[in-house]
Amino acid sequence: MLTKRIIACLDVDGGRVVKGVQFENLRDAGDPAELAKAHSASGADEIVLLDISAAHERRATLLDTVRRAARQLFIPFTVGGGIRTLEDAAAVFSAGADKISINSAALANPPLITGIAERFGSQAVVVAIDARRSEDRSHWEAFTHGGRGGTGRDAVAWAKEAESRGAGEILLTSMDRDGTGSGFDCELTRAVADSVRIPVIASGGAGGTGHFVEVFREGHADAALAASIFHYGFSRLVHLKQEIASQGIAVRWPC
Amino acid sequence: MIAIVDYGAGNLVSVKKALDWLGQECAITSDPGQVARATKVVLPGVGHFASTSALGRSGLQDAISNAMDRGIPFLGICVGMQWMFERSQESPETLGLGVLNGECERFPASVKSPHVGWNQIEVASSSRLLRDVPSSSFVYFTHSFRAPVSDTTVACCEYGGQFSAAVERDHLFGVQFHPEKSGETGLKILSNFCGL
Repeated sequence: MLTKRIIACLDVDGGRVVKGVQFENLRDAGDPAELAKAHSASGADEIVLLDISAAHERRATLLDTVRRAARQLFIPFTVGGGIRTLEDAAAVFSAGADKISINSAALANPPLITGIAERFGSQAVVVAIDARRSEDRSHWEAFTHGGRGGTGRDAVAWAKEAESRGAGEILLTSMDRDGTGSGFDCELTRAVADSVRIPVIASGGAGGTGHFVEVFREGHADAALAASIFHYGFSRLVHLKQEIASQGIAVRWPC
Repeated sequence: MIAIVDYGAGNLVSVKKALDWLGQECAITSDPGQVARATKVVLPGVGHFASTSALGRSGLQDAISNAMDRGIPFLGICVGMQWMFERSQESPETLGLGVLNGECERFPASVKSPHVGWNQIEVASSSRLLRDVPSSSFVYFTHSFRAPVSDTTVACCEYGGQFSAAVERDHLFGVQFHPEKSGETGLKILSNFCGL
């Protein structure tokens, strides 16, 4: 059976993982390459590395980071943050990424989605959407630049457009829930997942096993992503997967 | 030397990386001469079936066919496997190599397409490629078209019905999933291929 994916996300600034994650037996817990490998060994189904460096010069280290992380990683590996052109994407693929994630650049320049998909295949293009519920609660609005820029665009409509332009997956972050630990936004996730044929990865709000079960069952998510997934009281990712499996949801376990 | 055939479609770094990890001498190449000298040939593929038409134009198809005729082990991955069949509904005007009978087809409307993620395979014990890979192992898929189950199928997968996850005939092998992205199971499969 096709399983629901649990994706570990590493937020990286200047080549270092920002939200420290406590792993035993790691020489360097801030090293993205070491952490990616440790997550993979613990049962993560996929790794997403997001470069959140604001300063341009700190981005220069990204390709080196990707290269080092990719060398020992044999599960799908997505890289996002600061990819604005086809050339940026090509460099990240050459460094060893399997997929790239684009957000603000896709909103500013939607044909970029098609350009990357035509050269590298749709499966390699993840369009990330940061969405916040509108004040009148009638819809969700897509935001750019880590939530600083409103676009006035309806997130569900944007997801459909991204799909039609060649996106292979949608990485959907609820800005209302991000960092709260109060659970994924199942309503938002379902609204998007039911509107597109491509997989939807839910993000923002993971706080416990029940939240994953809920977003798979109620939110119709194909995958769920959490940064610092080990902060939530799971000593190992395998425990999270076992608990999800025990509630009747197919996950990759044992790996 | 293992030739990883580059016909201008997609990203071949992951396959090279996995073979490097296994200590194999390998090279990404679009040179038919280098394919002709290879001890093994890997044809990765992502994207559209129509992109395989570049193989015919570039002389790579002849080099691959010659290598197959000489008994050189061949592994097609994803669209590379689909190309081993006669044709695909994805691009009816593009001919596959036709070393395996049948046509690749789309998923039924009852399931979401593409089929993306980790799914389980049921393995035939006779397979050389899948030696020591137990049934129910998880591997990573990402595809919109699939090959039917036939007498060359050595692993099946279920998603809107059964389809061929792996095919094998003599020294010709194909996998619909991505062994280079399928963790330890995938490395085992690539290692089996390298050891043939």
